Amino acid sequence: MNMMIEAPAAPKKYKKILTWLFFIVVLVLCSIQTEVTPYQLIRGLPQMGILLSEMFPPDWSYLPTIWKPMVETVQIALVGTMLGGLLAIPVSLLCAYNIVQSRLVSLPVRLILNLVRTIPDLLFAAIFVAIFGIGPFAGMLAILFFSFGLIAKLTFEAIEAIDPGPMEAMTAVGANKIQLIVFGVIPQALPYYMSYLLYAFEINVRAASVLGLVGAGGIGLLLDRSLGLFRYDRAAMIILLTLVIVLVIDYGSTVLRRKLL
Amino acid sequence: MKYIILNIESWQIMITFNDVSKVYPNGTKGLNHINLTINEGELVVIVGLSGAGKSTLLRSINRLIDISEGDIQINGQSITSASGAKLRRIRRGIGMIFQSFNLVKRSTVMRNVLSGRVGHHSTLRTVFGMFPKEDHELALDALARVNLQEKAYSRADQLSGGQQQRVSIARALAQQPQIILADEPVASLDPLTTRQVMDDLQRINQELQITTIINLHFIDLAREYATRIIGLRAGEIVFDGTPEEATDDVFSHIYGRPIHRDEVLGANAPGEDIVTVIPDAADIKATSGEPL
Repeated sequence: MNMMIEAPAAPKKYKKILTWLFFIVVLVLCSIQTEVTPYQLIRGLPQMGILLSEMFPPDWSYLPTIWKPMVETVQIALVGTMLGGLLAIPVSLLCAYNIVQSRLVSLPVRLILNLVRTIPDLLFAAIFVAIFGIGPFAGMLAILFFSFGLIAKLTFEAIEAIDPGPMEAMTAVGANKIQLIVFGVIPQALPYYMSYLLYAFEINVRAASVLGLVGAGGIGLLLDRSLGLFRYDRAAMIILLTLVIVLVIDYGSTVLRRKLL
Repeated sequence: MKYIILNIESWQIMITFNDVSKVYPNGTKGLNHINLTINEGELVVIVGLSGAGKSTLLRSINRLIDISEGDIQINGQSITSASGAKLRRIRRGIGMIFQSFNLVKRSTVMRNVLSGRVGHHSTLRTVFGMFPKEDHELALDALARVNLQEKAYSRADQLSGGQQQRVSIARALAQQPQIILADEPVASLDPLTTRQVMDDLQRINQELQITTIINLHFIDLAREYATRIIGLRAGEIVFDGTPEEATDDVFSHIYGRPIHRDEVLGANAPGEDIVTVIPDAADIKATSGEPL
């Protein structure tokens, strides 16, 4: 009758305070060590003003010259994304534990995939420029490997999350492994895959526009040159055009992806 | 006594369980020394509490579950020892219907039904979706049998639950199976669609003489549709008889305390206390969330 139910003790406050303190200490330490301080920002402000004033007005006459490299940039992104996406299909299937039961297969494939994903796109580009020489081919390869890693990773996670029911039904029907994948897995994973492909393309257009900095083709080469010659009005034009193209592609891909899922 | 009955029956034997046991890795006994013969054209309803081994029994027939001991023969062929192409060929002859339908919801009804045909063709042909014309006719015919022909080109997720389950029946029919297994086919459906699905299964069983085995929770449905009822408890067959023999007492035994077969069989006059009531929607809801 007289059972006393003790109210649970309120969580201790000091935990919260300690956590915050920890983050602030880390932030301040890092900032001092790397000399990334608000002081630097304030000191740079006048320089920023000068740069901006030199950028305006952008050199509109430069537009015809940069149009072709801009198209090339989008083409590099497109081809690289497509090929990387194609390569990602078999690899993501091999990675998924619900498709390949043997860890002997999926674990090594996952390991390779993770290795590929640790390498940033600009590093890929630098490596391929060293191998294949300056030009868009190296850029395309960089984009290919980068998007392969991204798409394969996202897709195999989507595959592992699909409804196992249709796969079970296909087993019961007497389907072999390939038929099971084509009829039970791909229809379920396809919209996700397409969405990731578009997402990778969005990212890749942005990435491809700076690949030229390491000599891997595209608009980045001209950006590098304009900056080197202190032609900030031309650089502004390049940035403006890149912005427009990226916005258009982003918008288009967002609309398409919403329809897919 | 049983062998005498078998001799009298002119039906061909379709499924044989020879001393079949299933022990799960965690030690749970799914099936305990099951001996069972199911003849061609029977409509067997398996009843029992959840966890009694109904699903295990059903899924061991097409080897979605591997048994630990014994042997299961499908139409004279051991599915227990079959593997690879032979296993797939046996499975091709067994249609299966699931509680959660297991359709690809984003695909059309037609493609779902045609997926029942993949076991009949080469991988290359099916991967490119090049099903022969006869298959399309077969699929449409299967849909007509469940009254869904006009939905052939709708996406599966646009259909109601009952319609989706009937599509999965059509998929099983497209296999041109000798056996249809249905694992709690109506557990996620409301009373009205429950009846439609059960009527479809019964009609198909009668018209095409397809041996049908259905797991059910509801005793009224079992009595109404079955030609034979098998009661399972703790992985053992505790009742095997006609619906007339499966009185309320029998069911309380299957579901509750141990059954003394000799006492119960024929104790009540057949048909005396058979009540055909559709179970409450609430009951159905209560069971629909259970794992298979």
